[in-house]
Amino acid sequence: IGCRISLLFGNGTYYSLSQVSAARQKHTLPDLMYDYGALQPHICAEIMQLHHSKHHATYVNNLNVTEEKYHEALAKGDVTAQVALQPALKFNGGGHINHTIFWSNLSPNGGGEPQGELMEAIKRDFGSFQSMKDRMSAATVAVQGSGWGWLGFNKDSGRLRIAACANQDPLQGTTGLIPLLGIDVWEHAYYLQYKNVRPDYVKAIWNVINWENVSDRLKAAHK
Amino acid sequence: VCAAGLSYSLSQVSAARQKHTLPDLMYDYGALQPHICAEIMQLHHSKHHATYVNNLNVTEEKYHEALAKGDVTAQVALQPALKFNGGGHINHTIFWSNLSPNGGGEPQGELMEAIKRDFGSFQSMKDRMSAATVAVQGSGWGWLGFNKDSGRLRIAACANQDPLQGTTGLIPLLGIDVWEHAYYLQYKNVRPDYVKAIWNVINWENVSDRLKAAHK
Repeated sequence: IGCRISLLFGNGTYYSLSQVSAARQKHTLPDLMYDYGALQPHICAEIMQLHHSKHHATYVNNLNVTEEKYHEALAKGDVTAQVALQPALKFNGGGHINHTIFWSNLSPNGGGEPQGELMEAIKRDFGSFQSMKDRMSAATVAVQGSGWGWLGFNKDSGRLRIAACANQDPLQGTTGLIPLLGIDVWEHAYYLQYKNVRPDYVKAIWNVINWENVSDRLKAAHK
Repeated sequence: VCAAGLSYSLSQVSAARQKHTLPDLMYDYGALQPHICAEIMQLHHSKHHATYVNNLNVTEEKYHEALAKGDVTAQVALQPALKFNGGGHINHTIFWSNLSPNGGGEPQGELMEAIKRDFGSFQSMKDRMSAATVAVQGSGWGWLGFNKDSGRLRIAACANQDPLQGTTGLIPLLGIDVWEHAYYLQYKNVRPDYVKAIWNVINWENVSDRLKAAHK
């Protein structure tokens, strides 16, 4: 006998198991793999704590709220409401995606140079590691207002590319590039320590880049 | 006739000599405490605004050359820098005059009447402008502006340093800067607290003067 599991809720409504599961799956703030103070002196503890526990946490909470509202609008086929929710979805969803990548891109054991396939790809597509760093730093510093600098992977061409996105626009959704390494240049990412001198922050962050993570992302992008 | 043997008209020489300059504040950096701290005011004026002024002058110089050559490609390429630095200079110049250590309270006269007419009450205008300002995604400004066609006050928000009049046609009366550099050192991520506090230092006389000038 085939069984279809249905759950009868107290309000008399039947939900399938997958519906209940979908309703229960919320985005959550990922833990850092290191202490807030671990990236000093390059990024101070106060910035890391506010950035993770306040800024990223707010994107996660607001993303969950927005997805809940989107679920309702979708269920009703209300296109107007769906479109109205798009900015909040992109802003908070992008914020969650971007910061989740960012925390993994950083490590107290970071810095130095990448190796293996990633280093070969960098040399092939930029001439040298230093050239890539210079170009990514320039593009990142040049962001007008809030945004991110990115090292991304173009699946069609098989090439590494540097790009910048505004606000929390996510790299892949915006450009199609697979994000490998991001540098956050919203002022909250550096102001308490570097004030208006964004170039000093961008110069310092290379000391804590987790090249293993960037390599892992490139490998995953190939599949 | 200059030493290079080129003749310049008097207006050409005058035009080449006029550069934008950083305006002085009418008050000390610490004068808006405790609502906006001295360190923010000093960095905001002497670093951020100063950089917009310097970069605007450089951009206008380059634009002058591109214009002289009729190089449209170069002119278009310079547009983002012109809007960003030019808007930054315009916006911050308005902002410093919108603030005063003797500010706060309520506007009077024609401005107050216009606010009541277009928003129902002063509190309603403040609530709506605060909400629009806090809601800016990323860097930008909240504005109270004047629509010359309709004769109405309007609340608007602009991204980055996009100047209100150039972007929307509204005449800027009062702006609230919500780039993080405007508040982060003091208010951290709590933008709403900064927007709430800034009403204590709004120079309503200046806002009124801007409305009067907008009528002409």
